[in-house]
Amino acid sequence: MSTVIFYVLSATALVATLLCVTRKQAVHAIVYLINALFALALMFYLLGAPLVAAWEVIIYAGAIMVLFLFIVMMFELDPAREAQRPAPARRWPVVLISAVILACSLALAFADPAGQAGVPGYYASPRAFGELMFGEYALGVEVASFLLLFAAVGAYTVGRGDEPAGGGEGRR
Amino acid sequence: MNPLWLGLVLTAVKLVVVLAALLTMAAYMVWVERRLLARMQLRLGPNRVGWFGLLQPLADVIKMLAKEDTVPAQADRWVFLLAPAVTACMALLTFAVVPFGPPLSLFGQEVPMVVSDLNIGVLFFLGLSSLGVYGVALGGWASSSKFALMGAVRGLAQLISYELSMSLALVPVLMLAGSFSLSDIVAAQAEVPFVVYAPVSFAIFLVSILAESRRTPFDLPEAESELVAGYHTEYSGMRFGLYFVGEYINMIVLGALTTVLFLGGWHGPWLPGLAWFLLKVGALAFFFIWVRGTLPRLRYDQVMHLGWKVLLPLALVNLLVTAGILLGVRA
Repeated sequence: MSTVIFYVLSATALVATLLCVTRKQAVHAIVYLINALFALALMFYLLGAPLVAAWEVIIYAGAIMVLFLFIVMMFELDPAREAQRPAPARRWPVVLISAVILACSLALAFADPAGQAGVPGYYASPRAFGELMFGEYALGVEVASFLLLFAAVGAYTVGRGDEPAGGGEGRR
Repeated sequence: MNPLWLGLVLTAVKLVVVLAALLTMAAYMVWVERRLLARMQLRLGPNRVGWFGLLQPLADVIKMLAKEDTVPAQADRWVFLLAPAVTACMALLTFAVVPFGPPLSLFGQEVPMVVSDLNIGVLFFLGLSSLGVYGVALGGWASSSKFALMGAVRGLAQLISYELSMSLALVPVLMLAGSFSLSDIVAAQAEVPFVVYAPVSFAIFLVSILAESRRTPFDLPEAESELVAGYHTEYSGMRFGLYFVGEYINMIVLGALTTVLFLGGWHGPWLPGLAWFLLKVGALAFFFIWVRGTLPRLRYDQVMHLGWKVLLPLALVNLLVTAGILLGVRA
């Protein structure tokens, strides 16, 4: 049962990602990517990592995609340009993908209300996950976070340009 | 009766009762807010429809359902039509993990007074709260109007800047309770509510949920003095109503979460658990309205400044200090 759901979800994620990179309307592409991330979250759950699944929704769908959307809106892309083309076939993929993801989560919830049957042998409880992350792999985690910090500082420096110090406050 | 069927029936009953109670409370919260705000501004407020104006919410619903549901010609039709539902659904779903009373004994079984006692309840809340902003963002964008787009962009920027401090303010609570489950968090506060142990977290969380509910002083996405009505400028009829009710559901749900996380949930002397829970949520809702009646709207850069330069560092230091003290006490 969970194997079937897993492959259905991976196919859905692939299709959603493909549709995401082929969309002309950037906001629609983001909606497809969010769908793909939901499918990925369910796959992580099926693989025995519920904490990663929750993070996939909170961090990727909830924070990073919001940032993407923010940037896209800054471009002031007009939905009107897309809307003038009467193409009713445009909307069925997203409906279908969302429906498949919903059906998979419902199937999981009804087949296994306690969340036990789908647990594989390598189930990573949040505690075990945290101990591994900040114990055995602490160095790797720290290196990755420093890398991100350097990237953030670097992006800030590049973004500031040659403005004199203190001139960045009022700019948009 | 078969325990599986009994469980299903009980869950269905709980769902219906909670949904009906939440929607009724949200509708009457509109009335309470209008009356209280009016008193604070030396007016009377709605007092014509029914006894003390108590039928006003009903009249409003009938009015909104009877209105024409317009879609701007330039709008992205499907996104425009679906966006309000996203906001309202996310607000409603969050309540599923909130324990609102002590377990009840029915048919010789312990029935927990929570729709679904998830062991990652706090993560569920954080996930839904960050997804809720998609309703605002996509609705504002799909309207194809400058004011709505500005409101949507503001909503997104606001979410990014307070969400970090909100989640970080929750970590001390999780450390104190040692669990992600909201029921366990309530059980850990049987004697002393966490607001005593983590007052700074409480303050940060309170400011963050004001921003989360997009209410004054953080109502920049719909700032009516500059943006007409912000992200819902182009909405009419019941779709506008969904955004509107969503805001009030959010107010109740966030009040309930604050109660559960910091104020001891349904624990309290003398009165039954459910009464204490409703009292605390009511007090927080009154606080929300009071703030709206008192404070002016912050400027956009002031919100960003508050989020990134005040709340976030404060939350990080608070987290470090709490962790240090806990380590010292438990060692």
